[in-house]
Amino acid sequence: MKLSSLVLIFIVCNLTFSTISAFRLSRSQPTERISGSAGDVLEDDPVGRLKVFVYELPSKYNKKILQKDPRCLNHMFAAEIYMQRFLLSSPVRTLNPEEADWFYVPVYTTCDLTPNGLPLPFKSPRMMRSAIQLIASNWPYWNRTEGADHFFVVPHDFGACFHYQEEKAIGRGILTLLQRATLVQTFGQRNHVCLKEGSITVPPYAPPQKMQSHLIPEKTPRSIFVYFRGLFYDVGNDPEGGYYARGARAAVWENFKDNPLFDISTEHPTTYYEDMQRAIFCLCPLGWAPWSPRLVEAVIFGCIPVIIADDIVLPFADAIPWEDIGVFVDEKDVPYLDTILTSIPPEVILRKQRLLANPSMKQAMLFPQPAQPGDAFHQVLNGLARKLPHERSVYLRPGEKLLNWTAGPVADLKPW
Amino acid sequence: MKLSALHQSYLNRRSNSFRSPTSVDSSVDGSGKSLIAVFWLILHCLCCLISLVLGFRFSRLVFFFLFSTSSTTNLYSSAPFRPDLPVKHLDVHTLGRRLDPGANNLTVAAATAKSSRVVVGRHGIRIRPWPHPNPVEVMKAHQIIERVQNEQKTVFGMKTSKMVIAVTPTYVRTFQALHLTGVMHSLMLVPYDLVWVVVEAGGATNETASIIAKSGLRTIHLGVDQRMPNTWEDRSKLEVFMRLQALRVVKEEKLDGIVMFADDSNMHSMEFFDEIQNVKWFGTVSVGILAHSGNAEEMVMSMDKRKEMEKEAEEDSSSLPVQGPACNSTDQLIGWHIFNTLPYAGKSAVYIDDVAAVLPQKLEWSGFVLNSRLLWEEAENKPEWVKDFGSLNENEGVESPLSLLKDPSMVEPLGSCGRQVLLWWLRVEARADSKFPPGWIIDPPLEITVAAKRTPWPDVPPEPPTKTKDQMPLSHGGKTVVVIPKQQQHSTKIRKPKRRSKRNKHEPKLTDTTQVSSSSSKRQERN
Repeated sequence: MKLSSLVLIFIVCNLTFSTISAFRLSRSQPTERISGSAGDVLEDDPVGRLKVFVYELPSKYNKKILQKDPRCLNHMFAAEIYMQRFLLSSPVRTLNPEEADWFYVPVYTTCDLTPNGLPLPFKSPRMMRSAIQLIASNWPYWNRTEGADHFFVVPHDFGACFHYQEEKAIGRGILTLLQRATLVQTFGQRNHVCLKEGSITVPPYAPPQKMQSHLIPEKTPRSIFVYFRGLFYDVGNDPEGGYYARGARAAVWENFKDNPLFDISTEHPTTYYEDMQRAIFCLCPLGWAPWSPRLVEAVIFGCIPVIIADDIVLPFADAIPWEDIGVFVDEKDVPYLDTILTSIPPEVILRKQRLLANPSMKQAMLFPQPAQPGDAFHQVLNGLARKLPHERSVYLRPGEKLLNWTAGPVADLKPW
Repeated sequence: MKLSALHQSYLNRRSNSFRSPTSVDSSVDGSGKSLIAVFWLILHCLCCLISLVLGFRFSRLVFFFLFSTSSTTNLYSSAPFRPDLPVKHLDVHTLGRRLDPGANNLTVAAATAKSSRVVVGRHGIRIRPWPHPNPVEVMKAHQIIERVQNEQKTVFGMKTSKMVIAVTPTYVRTFQALHLTGVMHSLMLVPYDLVWVVVEAGGATNETASIIAKSGLRTIHLGVDQRMPNTWEDRSKLEVFMRLQALRVVKEEKLDGIVMFADDSNMHSMEFFDEIQNVKWFGTVSVGILAHSGNAEEMVMSMDKRKEMEKEAEEDSSSLPVQGPACNSTDQLIGWHIFNTLPYAGKSAVYIDDVAAVLPQKLEWSGFVLNSRLLWEEAENKPEWVKDFGSLNENEGVESPLSLLKDPSMVEPLGSCGRQVLLWWLRVEARADSKFPPGWIIDPPLEITVAAKRTPWPDVPPEPPTKTKDQMPLSHGGKTVVVIPKQQQHSTKIRKPKRRSKRNKHEPKLTDTTQVSSSSSKRQERN
């Protein structure tokens, strides 16, 4: 009896596995399922798998900052604002901190903008420190783990290093108070000071409505081979070249400016989104920081991203197999970019386009308002859920202190 | 002080990774500072001179590297760079990546044990030895692009495409080459299989055959023995007859595809051919009507009248020059838009070469497409609302393809329910007496020479040749019809007896009249 039931179970399992594999291999649809190193997790639903408690910070940390400058809602660092809005109305939110798995601190550190719209990070460490002091003194949950079950959204250039210049950011390192917390950031580069182990990389914010409104019919033939619009030399900050983008963008320009296959220039055309939909490859080289909103745009518009940034960590790297989707080119191989791209077999290119056509892939790159299933908010929550349950060592003994509250530059210790 | 400040600002501007020079600076005390300042000034001047000599900017930091005591600086040259690059030149010293690993490592070591292989700082701009497109790569890229586009077509475009059967009634006349070439080029661009059925009034001639043979398409050339009449109305009646002949051939040959009527003076867009692939049995598209009037005054008058009409009737749905399906809000066919001919009432062209506006029929054939299986005798799934084509009686007056149907409401509106105008109707023909060389090959060659305004004989006033209107077109047979003013005819007779034999074959030619007149005047003088 036991044997027959075992055989039955075995047969059933075999059948299910074979149907799954058959589904995976079927080519009749123009898309393919995406499964990264963490498995097929793009469409997981985080509801029920974790609970998040949102601290009620005084509005000077979030709402008032936004009121002072509403431009923060549209720039590429707007993820921190939308994350709070999403969490406040999400079913994973809990009002009872005792049952929460994760704690969210809504502080907008990237909303101090210059007249041009670029965020200044000089006050951000103090702001963050002040917020943490507030929650540490008003709630016991910070001291319980010294922030190991808290997460922060720090979408600025180099994450929690809070500087836009790379050497200064490296010099500062991650803010000491955030050393144990989970950071949700756009910056990701392997073996870099500003990328903490266990951080969740998210894409930069790109306005979903604006991109949706520029969609063209999918049967428009893709006739541009390689497309790029942006700076090659940052004449204001790096007039000689070689510093900006580690010379990679300048190398692209010098090698391919007269190549008919490469539609590259510094113009700002009004048909930028439409042109991307007519291109096969879109270059996503690093700038002052390795990440760029071009990746999001390329994925939305079905253009294969060519990522030229050594050691970059792309968004949701455990959920999305970027190696299968994009083309990675080392910075030292940029002069041979045309050879690299033309030597990719057409079947591989078509497969990449099929993967890009997967709607869950496009959804995972966006921060839509209101939130939709499978979007970037949900991927962040999925990532947080995958880190559960917390290890026992995370919880400190009462009175134990691991963080040094007085470390860091003296200017950071001033109250905000 | 100023110099050290200059030096400091220079360093700050460049990069902050060069921490050693600042440490060197700060480690030296006050008395040495002025020495170092002088040293840097001399170095600056030296570098300027070297830059002048070399032609590109020579960096002072080379000297720093030469004299550097730091043991950790690691110099290696990057992949080929070109120092002779004119616009964005490179620094000579941009040699390595590990520019200041010591300081970096100190801060990094506390956090992680490994150090990144990507180092911050100034990097060389890598340029390969021949930074120009490689034709082999370009070819490969184009093959990739083609493959991607084919894939797109199969995924988003038509899965299986039907053959297009184009029916064109034509006849030999001056504008035939113009019109037929236009249609031919449009049909040659159609990406689907195509059969071109050309029906010719006046019998199948070599003229037409030679034009359509250039297309390389599969053609069926039919001849109808009647000659094309001279009035527009009669012409359209004959064209209907010719089209029905073509449909008969389609039925007999059992051609399977989509029949469209490509009148030879129409202009089709490529989207038209893509759109008609969607037809199931009988479809209709919107046709743009370009009612061209040769007389500008007539045109203005008709425009004014049209404006009056528009003011009178505010709801004027057919004020657009479009003929096509009319749909309700649920995209169902409820009727047809017809071109408003009222502004042209009484002023439209009757004869083919009239100057007035040429108006279309109520419903042009070119706005309809049908599945060829409707014409077959026995086809499966043939709908009941189609009359049997074999038993069609032409004497009943077939005006539009709707006569082939019992129920005109079953027609499918194409082109997003007529909102897209996919082809244009235009009727332009030459004057009745216009003549053109057969095959548009001028044989024998033209021999009209026109006098230049400036002549080498200044005392004789230049006489421009007076030409009459009839001199321009050439007739059939290759005869040159040239009528010259009488007095010169007389002089040429006197002057050139040698050309008598040639003169017998052709009419006397108009040669250089100034020569003629000068010689004749000279002769008269002598006389």
